[in-house]
Amino acid sequence: MTKRLNPSRIGIYLLLVLFAAIFLIPVYVLVVSGLKPFAEVENLSRMWLPPIAPTLQNFSDAWSGIAEKGIRGLGPNLLNSVYLTIPATILSSILGSLNGYVLSKWKFRGANIIFPLMLFGMFIPYQSILIPMTMTLAKIHLGGTLWGLILVHVVYGLPITTLIFRNYYAEIPTDLVEAARIDGAGILGVYFRVLFPLSLPGFVVVIIWQFTNIWNEFLFAVSILQRPEAQPITVALRNLAGGQVQEWNLVMAGTLIAALPTLLVYIVLGRFFIRGLLAGSVKG
Amino acid sequence: MRHARRERWISFAMILPSIILLAIFVYGFIGWTIRVSLSKWNGVMPDYTWVGLENFRQLFTKAGDVAAERFGIDMWNTLFFTLFFLLVCVGFGLLLAVLLDQKIKGEGIFRTIYLFPMSLSFVVTGVVWKWIFAPGTADRLRGVNALLTAVGLDSLRWGWYTDTTAIGPFHVALIPVIVAAGWQMTGYTMAMYLAGLRGIPEEIREAARVDGASELQIYRRVILPMLAPITLSALIILGHISLKIFDLIYTMTGKGTGFVTDVPGIFMFETTFQGNHYSQGAAISIIMLLMVALVIVPYLIYSLRREVEL
Repeated sequence: MTKRLNPSRIGIYLLLVLFAAIFLIPVYVLVVSGLKPFAEVENLSRMWLPPIAPTLQNFSDAWSGIAEKGIRGLGPNLLNSVYLTIPATILSSILGSLNGYVLSKWKFRGANIIFPLMLFGMFIPYQSILIPMTMTLAKIHLGGTLWGLILVHVVYGLPITTLIFRNYYAEIPTDLVEAARIDGAGILGVYFRVLFPLSLPGFVVVIIWQFTNIWNEFLFAVSILQRPEAQPITVALRNLAGGQVQEWNLVMAGTLIAALPTLLVYIVLGRFFIRGLLAGSVKG
Repeated sequence: MRHARRERWISFAMILPSIILLAIFVYGFIGWTIRVSLSKWNGVMPDYTWVGLENFRQLFTKAGDVAAERFGIDMWNTLFFTLFFLLVCVGFGLLLAVLLDQKIKGEGIFRTIYLFPMSLSFVVTGVVWKWIFAPGTADRLRGVNALLTAVGLDSLRWGWYTDTTAIGPFHVALIPVIVAAGWQMTGYTMAMYLAGLRGIPEEIREAARVDGASELQIYRRVILPMLAPITLSALIILGHISLKIFDLIYTMTGKGTGFVTDVPGIFMFETTFQGNHYSQGAAISIIMLLMVALVIVPYLIYSLRREVEL
């Protein structure tokens, strides 16, 4: 049922294109400024115009820093983000899968109270646990370390990963579980033989969600990690763009570097990202 | 029978580590923070001397007190930021969803563009929009101001997020921040509405058409009322994000001159970790928690109860 182009259809397309252009303004500014040499980005009357002599130098400078200007490179911080995000994502996904399995197929007494109490943990303002958290991490010798931050992301990731897997497993027919039980499978047998093999789409949604959130997170990272060389890229980027920075070409290149991993995942696996997004509004 | 009981124990043991971790890290830590908020811990070393609600009283009532003044501004800023942020996200989100629901060629591309900011860090958003809205100085104009001058609209130049003008209790410096936040989160409401629109069976629209309703009437009378639960979810999810916002504003503008862009999240962070006023930081965070709980707890109960009925 394709519609013919009439004036109101053209109006709709014009509006959609206009909005798309507005949404892309920051991308334009990022790319244009990120490609300019310092002398050009300093020429503010040309801020909105494309570079005359585009250069990729900013990206390598943003990565490795400029020692004589006292600018730290983001490269090591990007690696910190990788070392942080991968284990935290995997651990919270596995735990979420086990929790989701139990909460959807083995409802124990009290589950209807425990589940909302778990969920509440993903809505709290993290400021309200920040002081005890930093003290506890220091006490168990994880203060100021990436391991401490990994632990924190695993724990506070549990509510959302549990929620997504619980709703995902609820869709898998209980008949399948019953059949495996009749064949003599125990609780772990059912999980590994029936649920886990069917879990791939669930894992993709949860892993993308956790990867994006942990990569992008700032408050925990800035509270736990004070040493600049230990910080993930969000904190390092904020420090680079703060204060009296002049090298905005370098900042914009650094911002693109920081944004690229989650952006690529979104562009390639967008529909799984959207499923995670919608799952966050509680109803599956 | 014994077998079943053993399995029940195994199932509970599987989820127990998560329950213990969350019990400590969420509820234990909240209790601990409440205890700190009732103490006079005001330095590097912990001091749990009981002072009752003194820290809260100071934030709300002590006239002439810098902290009370700042917190008062923060609460107004939060109110206005939340109000306009919700308006932008719900209004434009709904508009974009309805536009995309018109059997659009290239819908996927448009959707991808409207939603991509959701995949970015608030820090990335903050840095980009800080650069876009940086006002510059009269002889060295930056950002949007430079653009306005270039197209001959000099009279529209202003200080953006550095402007200290206030209309009543509303600081105009919040406007650029609301634009940045709206840019990032409008796609979220669009995705929610689009999912809702796709869930409405074509027969319902067909039936309304047969009854002689125009396309506009179908939206106003039939479809929008069916989207009301989605609007509620969007308002609550975005509203609670806005009540605890920190990263975006901290990166983009910080507290601002005269606290024009300050919010409780920034106040809490600075007074705790830069000023060592732990008890005051704890009190602010507990007020933030209460505000969030006020919206989230009824919503959680409502959603899960509805789920049980299904």
